Amino acid sequence: MRLLALLLRRLIWFVPTLLGLLAVTFVISRVIPADPVALVAGETATPAQVEALRRQLGFDRPLPVQFADYVARLVRGDMGTSIFTRRPIVEDLTHRLPATIELTLAAMVVSVLVGIPLGVLSALWRNSILDHALRIVTVSGLAIASFWLGIMLQLLFAMRLGWTPLNGRLQGFPPRPITGFYLLDAALTWDWSTFGGALLHLALPAATLAFPALATLVRFTRAGVLDVMQSNFVLYERAMGLPRPLIVWKYILRSALTSTVTQIGLLFGILLAGAVVTEAVFDWPGIGTYAVNSIVRSDYNAVMGFTVWAGAIFIVVNLLVDIAHTVVDPRERAT
Amino acid sequence: MSAPWFVLTRLARDRSALVGLLLIALLVVCALAAPFLATHPDDVFELHPAERLRAPSGAHWLGTDRMGADVYSRLLFGARITIVIGLIAVGASLVLGVPIGLVAGYYHGWFSDLLMRVSDIFLAVPQVVLAIAIAQTLGPSLPNVILALSVTYWPWFARVVYAETRALQKEVFVESTAALGASAWRLTVLHVLPNIASPIIVRASIGMGFTILTAAALGFLGLGPPPPTPEWGRTIAESREFLPDAWWYAAAPGLAIFLTVMGFNLLGDGLRDVLDPRLRRSRTARDG
Amino acid sequence: MAELLAVRGLRVDFVTDRGPAQVLDGINLDIAPGEVVGLVGESGCGKTTLARAILGILPATAARIRGGEVRFKGTDLLREDPRVVNDHVRGRAITFIPQDPFTSFSPVFSVGTQIMDLMKWKSPLAGSRPAALFGRYPRDRRRADHDAVLETLRAVQMPEPARTLRRLPHEFSGGQRQRLMIAMALLPRPELIIADEPTTALDVTIQAQILRTLRALVKERGVSVLFTTHDLGTAHEVCDRVVVMYAGQEMEAAPTEAFFRRPAHPYTRRLLDSVPGPSGELRDIPGEVPSLVAPPPGCRFHPRCDYATAECRLDRPAARLLAAGHGVRCHHPVDGESTRETGARGVSARAEP
Repeated sequence: MRLLALLLRRLIWFVPTLLGLLAVTFVISRVIPADPVALVAGETATPAQVEALRRQLGFDRPLPVQFADYVARLVRGDMGTSIFTRRPIVEDLTHRLPATIELTLAAMVVSVLVGIPLGVLSALWRNSILDHALRIVTVSGLAIASFWLGIMLQLLFAMRLGWTPLNGRLQGFPPRPITGFYLLDAALTWDWSTFGGALLHLALPAATLAFPALATLVRFTRAGVLDVMQSNFVLYERAMGLPRPLIVWKYILRSALTSTVTQIGLLFGILLAGAVVTEAVFDWPGIGTYAVNSIVRSDYNAVMGFTVWAGAIFIVVNLLVDIAHTVVDPRERAT
Repeated sequence: MSAPWFVLTRLARDRSALVGLLLIALLVVCALAAPFLATHPDDVFELHPAERLRAPSGAHWLGTDRMGADVYSRLLFGARITIVIGLIAVGASLVLGVPIGLVAGYYHGWFSDLLMRVSDIFLAVPQVVLAIAIAQTLGPSLPNVILALSVTYWPWFARVVYAETRALQKEVFVESTAALGASAWRLTVLHVLPNIASPIIVRASIGMGFTILTAAALGFLGLGPPPPTPEWGRTIAESREFLPDAWWYAAAPGLAIFLTVMGFNLLGDGLRDVLDPRLRRSRTARDG
Repeated sequence: MAELLAVRGLRVDFVTDRGPAQVLDGINLDIAPGEVVGLVGESGCGKTTLARAILGILPATAARIRGGEVRFKGTDLLREDPRVVNDHVRGRAITFIPQDPFTSFSPVFSVGTQIMDLMKWKSPLAGSRPAALFGRYPRDRRRADHDAVLETLRAVQMPEPARTLRRLPHEFSGGQRQRLMIAMALLPRPELIIADEPTTALDVTIQAQILRTLRALVKERGVSVLFTTHDLGTAHEVCDRVVVMYAGQEMEAAPTEAFFRRPAHPYTRRLLDSVPGPSGELRDIPGEVPSLVAPPPGCRFHPRCDYATAECRLDRPAARLLAAGHGVRCHHPVDGESTRETGARGVSARAEP
């Protein structure tokens, strides 16, 4: 079956691609800086202390050996220890993962629920005021720097109006951890005041993250709908007097969405990338801030760990998108 | 050659593309004429701590920053940096990506696959992250930012060129020319290159916007050219601790980024509407 | 005269770069109940436009109805409330068979879903409920409709009707898809079917079968059909009456026999002559189809007509009745049997610039 063949092909490439990614980051982190160990040891360390550290970290062995060793550990699920937090990196990442996922999912939900209908309306009422307004939004969406948008939103809503908190994920105690997602956990434990707090904290970062995604979705949905509106089957349905809402929201949207679904998958990737910067602006305790902090502190193992994780996620997401596309477009499925 | 003229006249009819062009022109003018347009051209280097964080006024059109320097003047000089980063980074990506895409697209077999896999690797991680990693490793400076951006953007060019080259190979006129005995080089230069020119141009314009945003993000994170360079992203980062009072300090550079990127995006869209498939179709018709 | 459909003086312009193109120029057309009328003409003569104008699905931005009326059972569809027309006429009293069966189905929904969606709103059992997105579909009616669908699928000779409903459109051949279209056109129990070149996109070998099926079914149910085509052979197979169009004007209308035996209009004669004869000779009509932006005055065929006189250049001929049901718009209708039938040499072709 076609789906199986696709899956197999992708899986075969998964490992080499990931290895390649690792190699690139590995080289960058070990080869290019003058002496990563010295950087880690700090300026006050004596040469003897630096050497001791080098032996301890295993940086004195030849590079290929270091790389092989790293990969071997990776397969066992060991990403090494963060030089800064002194904890296993896998632990650090897992601890911070839910925060990033919650933010990214919230942004995606917002952009899909708002973006797709707006795109449809924009296409239906072409050249209306709504359409022109949305055009402006779409174009700006991809031109505004996320971090600047975040700062401006903070300025307006948190500082001037005081409607939302300034940053962070929650003030006070987090809800009982069931899933790690504050909103879900608070709702499940009927802790509505925490739910409200978490929601308010989520509002600005999610809006900032969602904005470019929303802009893209409106654009693509609009183009897709306009395209499908010219189809012969739409003409047929109109000729047979089918109710307009049925034609638009069932038949046109469904055909237009086959291309949008792939967009949603790619969107996830873009959102994840945007999350890094957005988290930095809002002090969101997720993987993005972890990555940035690790980079700034020259915590190379942590950087590698993050890169591996991010790369793997991306490749998986791309695979899922391909699968989704095949599912959504039944023509591909049936052959 | 009538083709460029055709493009220009068509482009002229697209209002938003013209707006884009205008914004870009504005950027270029600001950058080139910065010393003349700036009210306090020396503020790029000099400090006036006594005048720090003044609101916009007649003397300082956009207020002053934490060092007392004129925000407006520093903004103009920041335009220079923006253009330099954008042009060189996109140019380098182009120079790196196009040949790779051409070779990968022209040949078939394991080498071709390998090249595209390598580009996939670079695309597997978000550009921002990789650029951050590279910039941090190398140290914050202007050349390093440009390097980081070039190294992470070339796959986009390679991909586009690869797809176009493969598509063109299937076109009849390429097959027939090859059948007539034209050498590979001749084929490439005379037939393939002109046809991939338009997607490359479109990608370059859109890439400028993209790259400028990423460069600003790097600057914001402290990985760009160090102070006192008036890079826009860094200025925004500096302004944060003085909010909400000194709002102009943060708003102005952000707006500058917005207008610049918008300009390139609008132009890129306009170019795409004009160049894509129309120019290609007319060319193949003439060659065929 | 109890016409089912009466088009009077319909004028439609299309917006083009060079100004309005007068695609339909005061067309008249009658269709009686239970009658299959063929609308014949070269591509670009306006037959599809006329079909769409009757259905009311002309592109709103590009097309402009300048005048005339389309009377269906006495009501002018052009001036009636659009919502009423959409709910009660389209897909109910008047249905449609499109030209291209390959793209007229939505590719992502099963055949059954699309047919049942049609039945939900347009089934003869539905009564007159206004349309909405979430209308109720009572179970007993749904079952009755489902049975009617299966029965009609059998009538159009689709094998395995139940399985057919579960499949996707692309799993069927062009001929089968067109049979499905015929079924869908019949299910609402219409009084008139507008079939726009329904066999043009199909293989020649299949065309005859589809046509026979269509004609048998409509005759059985007493449904009128407006059948557009550019193929005279098809018209001869299927139609009771034939109307010829040229450049947005109707030229001649006659019962099929009379049409093919005693064509009166010079253009009709030319058309019939241009069909390859038994000895294989081909006689083209000299000249070109006129531009509709600046059409020739008077009778639009006059630049290519052997019999044209000054009168033809000035006045559009009024409709004249030559015999029962045989009308023609010509200042100089031709007499006598068609040369095709007798085999005698036709009128010598005098070149007309």
